[in-house]
Amino acid sequence: MEPQSQLLMKEKTNETRRMSGSEAVMQSLLKEGTSIIFGYPGGAIMPIYDALYNYHDQMHHVLTRHEQGAVHAAQGYARVTGKVGVCFATSGPGATNTVTGLADAMMDSTPLVVITGQVTSSLLGTDAFQETDVVGVTQPVTKWNYQVRKAEDIPAALARAFYIARSGRPGPVVVDITKDAQINELDFQYRPVKSIRSYTPESPIDFHQIEEAAKLINLSKKPLALIGQGIVLGNAEKELLDFLEKSGIPAAWTLLGLSAIPSSHPQNVGMLGMHGNYGPNIKTNEADLIIAIGMRFDDRVTGDLTRYATNAKVIHMEIDPAEINKNVHADVPVLGNVKKTLPLITGKITKNEHKDWLAEFEACFRIEYNRIIDKEIAPDDKGLRMGEVISKVSSAFNDDAVMVTDVGQHQMMSARYFRFKQTRSVVTSGGLGTMGFGVPAAMGAKLGAPERPVCVFVGDGGFQMTIQELGTIFQTKIPVKIVLLNNNFLGMVRQWQELFFDRRYASTELINPDFQTIAKGYHVPSVKVTERETLNDAIKQMVESEGPFLMEVLVEKEGNVFPMVPSGASVSDIRLE
Amino acid sequence: MKTPDKEEFTLSIYSENHVGLLNQITTVFTRRHINIESLTTSESAISGIHKFTVVVDATADNIEKLAKQIEKRIDVLKVFVFRADEIIHQEIALYKVSTSSLLGGNEIEKLVRQYGARILEITPEYTVIEKTGHKEETQELFEKLDPYGVSQFVRSGRIAITKTKKELLENYLKKLETDQTQLN
Repeated sequence: MEPQSQLLMKEKTNETRRMSGSEAVMQSLLKEGTSIIFGYPGGAIMPIYDALYNYHDQMHHVLTRHEQGAVHAAQGYARVTGKVGVCFATSGPGATNTVTGLADAMMDSTPLVVITGQVTSSLLGTDAFQETDVVGVTQPVTKWNYQVRKAEDIPAALARAFYIARSGRPGPVVVDITKDAQINELDFQYRPVKSIRSYTPESPIDFHQIEEAAKLINLSKKPLALIGQGIVLGNAEKELLDFLEKSGIPAAWTLLGLSAIPSSHPQNVGMLGMHGNYGPNIKTNEADLIIAIGMRFDDRVTGDLTRYATNAKVIHMEIDPAEINKNVHADVPVLGNVKKTLPLITGKITKNEHKDWLAEFEACFRIEYNRIIDKEIAPDDKGLRMGEVISKVSSAFNDDAVMVTDVGQHQMMSARYFRFKQTRSVVTSGGLGTMGFGVPAAMGAKLGAPERPVCVFVGDGGFQMTIQELGTIFQTKIPVKIVLLNNNFLGMVRQWQELFFDRRYASTELINPDFQTIAKGYHVPSVKVTERETLNDAIKQMVESEGPFLMEVLVEKEGNVFPMVPSGASVSDIRLE
Repeated sequence: MKTPDKEEFTLSIYSENHVGLLNQITTVFTRRHINIESLTTSESAISGIHKFTVVVDATADNIEKLAKQIEKRIDVLKVFVFRADEIIHQEIALYKVSTSSLLGGNEIEKLVRQYGARILEITPEYTVIEKTGHKEETQELFEKLDPYGVSQFVRSGRIAITKTKKELLENYLKKLETDQTQLN
């Protein structure tokens, strides 16, 4: 690049300027407020990386060890900040390695823009080196994707990508840019996208449905609010609290709804679903009204749909019309952004307390506490339990850390026993259930919320799926705290084998490496806990450490997560043991 | 619980005219394992907007979910779902018979008249007959012609027009404009 154009690019002007496609990528990212990129270079994206070299003072690039790690890190970043996560990957294997992260972001409505390099346009369709039909491959796992073959199309494509990723129900977008489009020149001018004719991010508010919803709420004797990630995505935490506190309605959160209200809120009755709390599950079929707010009735929440919410009318507040009546029939669908619809409903409802109804949840909690929770967080027997470790770690961070998890038993335990004071404190793979998500997502979360402690819980299985990201943690100096709950088993699968497959432990036992040695190789300090007596000290050491830290805890080999709604059973059939 | 019956539905899907849209639409059918009975696509009456007419056998419940998931694709403008009685639809069929069999008697000519078909082209070797109609009608003519030797038979997908007065999409685009004003 000519030195003169480098001088020019600092100038803030709306006039068009001649530049390469690659520089247009960087300029477009700046216009969209991007300050961090997670990625991995390769042949077809080299011109973009070359342009990035000139922007190191404005743009932080995190070199991960695998493209999957880059996408999960961008997801972690997006989830704690609410901003769009940005990734770079090269063509072919670089692009296909992003697919798991894209599918995860699609399921969990995480805004991402993933930019992939593509072979030169004249080679498209010729099975060229590292050529894949990226648009075809990623189409089912993206909100939108597009291939750019001309340099002059880059600004418009990226403007559209960011708008689509962050508006409405957020999601991942892929922009595949051919190498010649990166190299060729264009007259750069950036026009942010404000609307797209064929796309309605938010439905207009139907005031009749607001009236109907308020009527049902005012008549209801046993209403239950189901809190989903829609609250967090819509920044509607305050609107939710106003609604809950005026209505007095008990609120249960989904896995992704965790931290939308404080754990300690008196109306918070716990988590829904397969390994959720006893009360919100068993009371679902007693409630006369379900108010689902920004959640999508996932099968892990509902269990058997024919025996779900059998006595209840359903108000479904949702931004995505395709979710209405998908799994559960909505008597009153309230389409739109909950940030706008919730206050309208709050304004029309009468103040209520539902004291007796809330007391029923309290009674359920006492049953669960005596039969499960107490044994999990304060066990009498020798073996260390996941719950006690998680609960103690939560306390050590003053119940105010960002909790990241991988997938499996430890994930459900973390969701049950970690506590939250503020929103956007949870990063977990909900819909897709991606093992290997935790460690890279924690890196992104820490970079997005540097002022907050970020603690990731992983199992010995999932840790080894993306363990190479310890290299990124070391190189980039990301002070994440990793808690490895090691039972030398693929615990969740083993639990199912125990309960439903006659204890036939097919390929679930792991012969593991010495994780401390691996951590040492990556210059990550670590401690290993095998006895309860040393747990507190180890936690203290981790919390007080300045940089990244690994705390490995050998937990009971065959511990189970309870309560449990067995797959395909009704929420009423929740098992306490 | 009794499984609901399948019915025939015709979907009119309007989209932007972009590369790869057909793929975006068909994957929604694939995911729900719904077989496409017929598919026609071309530019709609509104310039720049593409129209897909898709015929499927599905349950009413499934078709509602399917339509919403197609509409969710960013470049899809709108999906309208119709039962058979809400539309007037047509298909076109072409039949190639040998000209000698046409000249051999008046049977083929009779069939052409009887079925409201027409002759498109005659060469010394073959004759091409065209018939428009519903699938059963074009099929019936094929079966009648077959004994005289049909060397080629092709049938198009369905095209359909609604029984309402105006193009529904125009109304939709107008509504879009008013909604936009409300939101902004």
